[in-house]
Amino acid sequence: MARGRIVVNEELCKGCELCLSVCPKSLIHMATDRFTPKGYRPAELVDPEGECTGCAICSTICPEAAITVYRWVPAKKAVPLGE
Amino acid sequence: MTDTEGMVESLIYAKPRSLTPIGTHYCPGCTHGIAHRLIAEVIDEMGVREKTIGVAPVGCAVFAYQYFNMDLAEAAHGRAPAMATGLKRVSPDRIVFTYQGDGDLASIGAAEILHAAGRGENITVIFINNAIYGMTGGQMAPTTLPGQRTTSTPVGRDIEMHGFPLKMCEILSQLDGAAYIVRRSLHDPANIRKAKKAIRQAFEVQSQGLGFSMVELLSSCPTNWGVGPGDALKWIEDHMVPVYPLGDYKLHPAIRNGKKS
Amino acid sequence: MAKELLKGNVAFAEAAIRAGCEAYFGYPITPQTEALEHMAARMPELGRVFLQAESEVAAINMVYGAACAGVRVMSSSSSPGVSLMMEGLSYIAGSEVPVVLVDIMRGGPGLGNIAPSQGDYNQIVKGGGHGDYRPIVLAPATVQELIDLTVEAFNLAEKYRTIVVILADGSLGQMMEPAELPPMKPVRTFEQRPDWALTGAAGRDPNVISSIYIDPNEEEVFNLKLVEKQKAIEAQEVRYKSLLMDDAEIGVVAFGTAGRIAQSSIRQARDEGIRVGLFRPISLYPFPFRELREAAEKAKRILVVEMNGGQMVEDVRLALEGTVPVDFYGRMGGVVPLPDEVLEQIRQVHHSLVEPA
Repeated sequence: MARGRIVVNEELCKGCELCLSVCPKSLIHMATDRFTPKGYRPAELVDPEGECTGCAICSTICPEAAITVYRWVPAKKAVPLGE
Repeated sequence: MTDTEGMVESLIYAKPRSLTPIGTHYCPGCTHGIAHRLIAEVIDEMGVREKTIGVAPVGCAVFAYQYFNMDLAEAAHGRAPAMATGLKRVSPDRIVFTYQGDGDLASIGAAEILHAAGRGENITVIFINNAIYGMTGGQMAPTTLPGQRTTSTPVGRDIEMHGFPLKMCEILSQLDGAAYIVRRSLHDPANIRKAKKAIRQAFEVQSQGLGFSMVELLSSCPTNWGVGPGDALKWIEDHMVPVYPLGDYKLHPAIRNGKKS
Repeated sequence: MAKELLKGNVAFAEAAIRAGCEAYFGYPITPQTEALEHMAARMPELGRVFLQAESEVAAINMVYGAACAGVRVMSSSSSPGVSLMMEGLSYIAGSEVPVVLVDIMRGGPGLGNIAPSQGDYNQIVKGGGHGDYRPIVLAPATVQELIDLTVEAFNLAEKYRTIVVILADGSLGQMMEPAELPPMKPVRTFEQRPDWALTGAAGRDPNVISSIYIDPNEEEVFNLKLVEKQKAIEAQEVRYKSLLMDDAEIGVVAFGTAGRIAQSSIRQARDEGIRVGLFRPISLYPFPFRELREAAEKAKRILVVEMNGGQMVEDVRLALEGTVPVDFYGRMGGVVPLPDEVLEQIRQVHHSLVEPA
């Protein structure tokens, strides 16, 4: 199972592809089967092998703060998901 | 839910509380969004959202008041440092910052920024340098590079006609009132992280009443540069960094962690 | 409080302080610099904010910022400096934050000179900066009026969330007269600042103060709101003084120092048997259109006297709508008309009425 995962908010994503260009494992792709409500091709995580580590480099570069990043961590270090 | 090894899925990053939920009007890949995010993250981490007042410029970020989730004033073009001075002088315990582009700060606002820094005004200025006028459609800025094509320098900026670019960190760092003057860049994740640290340091300088703080952020304008978002970031690295070197130009002695980047 | 001998510029600065002015931002310019100097000494003494800005452009924007923070704030300047403030005033009007400005007019246009004039009437009374807005404009003629109107200015500015300009001239700024200052009013605390102000979004939604309405329909809605405000001001804030107009066949209309000079001339003219009166608008906006029309009902001729090339005279003609002929006498360039000159004008008007042309 992947240690990390990301969720892209398609209301905000503008398909700029910067996240795609910085992901160390090239796990981000631009969706080809849909557009966002604003007419962009959204970014999405494609991670069949469960390689995402939740490094958050993608969210570091995202100009829209469209990417939410999760990672499995020891319980005492966790931040609640609802935050 | 906890798995058998005591691991829990944790939130690592989400849109900061100091940004409103709405989408911005900025072009895809525009680094304004990154700068807004970093400021908001710092304000969230310092827990000062409820006592922060921002001053928005005229430029692409004229709508910044829709994106920052805090009290905000909209200044006339270039006048943000004067407006921030008025706000801060009558509310000294508030955190006051301006967010300005290169036309706003270095052209029409040159007098206001010079004197705010000279007075050592306890405000923080975030200076977005993308070497062009974005909002009005791509004209020359005081920071436009020699030879750079813009709509008002269609064959490239001619030094004979238009003179040389203004390097604001270098200029303002000479003033005694300036406490923290640094230049960072937004062209890749490593530099973005350094930029965030600098923004945090600048707000700390204000909190400690050390004087005027400014973080210049080398930024992109993919649309008016005529390149895609990724190529625009590369252009910053290849062309802007050599002209506008990254680094710490003025550090108040009370700042302990300053180091050349 | 007792009367003291006060210089106009010092009087309005101290009056503002007594009225609870919390911040002053200005720039030296003759003939009003004494106000800045008085503020420089007094405001820090009282723990309030004073700053000499780098220019009038910066000063008015500092005023704008402080007004957004919800404090009583003012600036003062003279004609060329006030011109620099026009952008800021338009933004302030478009943001509906209260501001008080004192314009001590001098000879112009351009650099002009430092002598008194009334050459900024059109600029100030018709708005000054770009767009549809009108500041309240009050024109004192004595140091006492200057004091009283400055105090009122802060109340009016806050009541309507608008700009109030005290329109005076260099002679009023420089002259020394006995006058009475009001008692000191305490300044507001941080908690007493208005709830629309930028004080930090603690426990409430953020406040945004701006003059941008990118959608034309929304901009029109905002402008209509300003129009409604103007109507309320026009209905409630007219101020004027009328002297001996009841039986006057000649009505002299003049404001500020010109009105004060005309008053001397009128007394002399009355001694000579000429039935002349004085109508002195004190609020130039809202202009006393109705009140002037009523006062001039029986007059056969109106003589407008100004220290400019003819600016308020247009509003006088507008008020009277052709019901009575209007003559104009003006001196420009900082020249101050003497009572004898105005008296001579009154005599000439009187002769032309007695002997038909």
